[in-house]
Amino acid sequence: MKSILPVLTIIAAVLFIWTLAVVPMNMHLTADQAQRSGAIVTPDTPIARKETNGIVLALKNPHLIALTYVGKRPNLPSPHQVGLEMFDTIFGKKVTSKRSLVYHGWITLAPTLLGFAIGTLLGVLLAVGIVFSRVMDKSVMPWAIVSQTIPILALAPMIIVVLGAAGIHGVLPKSVIAAYLSFFPVVVGMVKGLRSPDHMQLDLLRTYSTNNVQSFWKMRLPSSTPYLFASLKIGISASLIGTIVAELPTGAKAGFGARMLVGDQYGQPILSWAALFAAALTAAVLVGIISLVERGALRKMGMKPA
Amino acid sequence: MTQEPTIDAKGLHLTFETNDGPVHALQDVNLEINKGDFVSFIGPSGCGKTTFLRCIAGLETPTSGHISVNGLTPDEARRARAYGYVFQAAGLYPWRTIGGNIRLPLEIMGFSKFEMSERVERVLELVDLTGFDKKFPWQLSGGMQQRASIARALAFDADILLMDEPFGALDEIVRDHLNEQLLQLWARTEKTIGFVTHSISEAVYLSTKIVVMSPRPGRITDVIDSSLPKERPLDIRDSPEFISIAQRVRDGLRAGHAHV
Repeated sequence: MKSILPVLTIIAAVLFIWTLAVVPMNMHLTADQAQRSGAIVTPDTPIARKETNGIVLALKNPHLIALTYVGKRPNLPSPHQVGLEMFDTIFGKKVTSKRSLVYHGWITLAPTLLGFAIGTLLGVLLAVGIVFSRVMDKSVMPWAIVSQTIPILALAPMIIVVLGAAGIHGVLPKSVIAAYLSFFPVVVGMVKGLRSPDHMQLDLLRTYSTNNVQSFWKMRLPSSTPYLFASLKIGISASLIGTIVAELPTGAKAGFGARMLVGDQYGQPILSWAALFAAALTAAVLVGIISLVERGALRKMGMKPA
Repeated sequence: MTQEPTIDAKGLHLTFETNDGPVHALQDVNLEINKGDFVSFIGPSGCGKTTFLRCIAGLETPTSGHISVNGLTPDEARRARAYGYVFQAAGLYPWRTIGGNIRLPLEIMGFSKFEMSERVERVLELVDLTGFDKKFPWQLSGGMQQRASIARALAFDADILLMDEPFGALDEIVRDHLNEQLLQLWARTEKTIGFVTHSISEAVYLSTKIVVMSPRPGRITDVIDSSLPKERPLDIRDSPEFISIAQRVRDGLRAGHAHV
C-alpha cells in the first residue's frame, strides 16, 4: 500500500494539469461554435480571437469555460471524456464487437506476447553465445546495437510488406517487429548478468575444476536472474510499442494502433486518446505481472527481500 | 624415514607484465611444507603471499622454477581436487541455502545424493553450524558466513586447506573465536593448512611454521618453526614464548622494509 500513494499523487497531479490545460486548448474551437449557435463572444470575430491567447480568451468569456470540456471534437479531450469513452468501449460493448477496446486490445496483445517470447528467447540465446564465444562477442554485439538505431517507424512497413509478399500475414509480421524491439534489452541485460560473477567466484569454481557447462548452470545463469527480470520489464513494453507501430502505417483494421489511426483520420480524438490510455494501461499491467513473477522467483531463490 | 613434503617450491619466480613494466611478484621462493603443517604467510601488501598461495592452487602459473603439490604439478593437483580454497570473502551464492552452498563442490564433483547430505551434516558440525543448512546466507552474520565457506572447502575431503586472509574482513572478537575454532578443526582433521594473513598475532597463534615475506620483489625473508605446543588456549598469547616469536616475526618484517 505504501507504494500506491506516490503513484496516486502523480496521477492526481497529471489529471489536475490536464484538466486545466483543456480550457485554453479548446477555447478557440468552443468560442467559434458558441458564436455560430448565437452566444455572445468577445472579441467577436474569429480573426481577432485567433490573435488572442487561449487563457485570455477564457478569462474574457468565463461563461464558455464549461463548454470546453464537452466538445465533440476537441483539440484536447478532457479526462472525463476519455474515461467515459474507455469505460464504454471496454465494458459497454461485447468483446467481439469491432467497437470494443477489449477486442482491439487482444488483437494487439497476441502479437505482443508472441513477439516478446521470440525476442526473449533470441536475446537469451544471443547473450549466451556472446558470453561464451569471443567471435560472437565481436561480431553480434555491434550489429545488435546498430539494429536499434534504425527508426522502427521506417522499418516496420518494410518488414510487413516483405513478409506479406512471402505470404505471411496476421499475427506473425507484427510479432517480428515486437521481437525486433524486445530482444535488445534482453541481450544487453543477460550479457551483463552472465558476466556478473566476479574474479573470486570464477576462481572458486576453478579450484573445483568446474567445466564451462557446470559453471553456466550453477553460477552464471542464477547470477543473471535479477538482470533478466530488469530486461524483461523493458522488453515487454518495447514489444507492445513495436506491435502498435506495426499497426499504424500498414492499414491494419484492428488493434490499438489501428484505433489510434482511425481516431486521427476521422477527427475523433477521444477515440485515439482512449486507445492510447488503454495501451498504456496494458503496458502497465504487463510490467506489473513481470514484477510479480520476479518477486516470486527471487523469493523462491532465497534472495534477500529488498 | 624421510617423507616427501606435501608442498615443495624450488627457485620459484613469477613476473607479471603490466603497462608500467614487469612486476616481480615472486623472486626465488624456496619452501617445503610437510603433511599436517599449519603454515602462515605474513607480510605487507604486495609481498606475494597471496600470489604464492595461488601458485600452490594452480590459479597462477610461475614464470620459472618448480613447485609440486602432493608430488603432482599444481594443475594436476587441482584436477585431483587436492585442496580446498577459502577466499577473503565468503562468496556464498545468495540463491543457495548454506547446505546448498556446501553441496556446490560436491555436485560439481558428482557425489551421490546420500553422500552429499551426510557430508554437509559432518562439515557443518566441524565449523559449529549444525542446524543452519536450511538458512540462506543473508540470514547469517559475517563470521558465520565465513565458517560456512570453510565448511564448503572441507566438504570434499581434500587434505590441504588453502586460506587467503579468510578472517581479514571480520572484527577482532569474532576473529579470535574463529582462530580458536580453526585450531580445533586442524587438530581434528590433521589437514595441511596454508594461511595468508597480515596479523602477526594471528600468524603466531595459529602456525607451526611462519613464513615472513617482503615486497618488491616478493620474497621470503624468514621461516620460523614455532616452538609453541600444539594445544593452544587463547591466553598463550601472553606467554613469553609467544611474545618472543612475535618479536622475531616483527623483526623479519622490519628487515624486509629496511632496504626499500
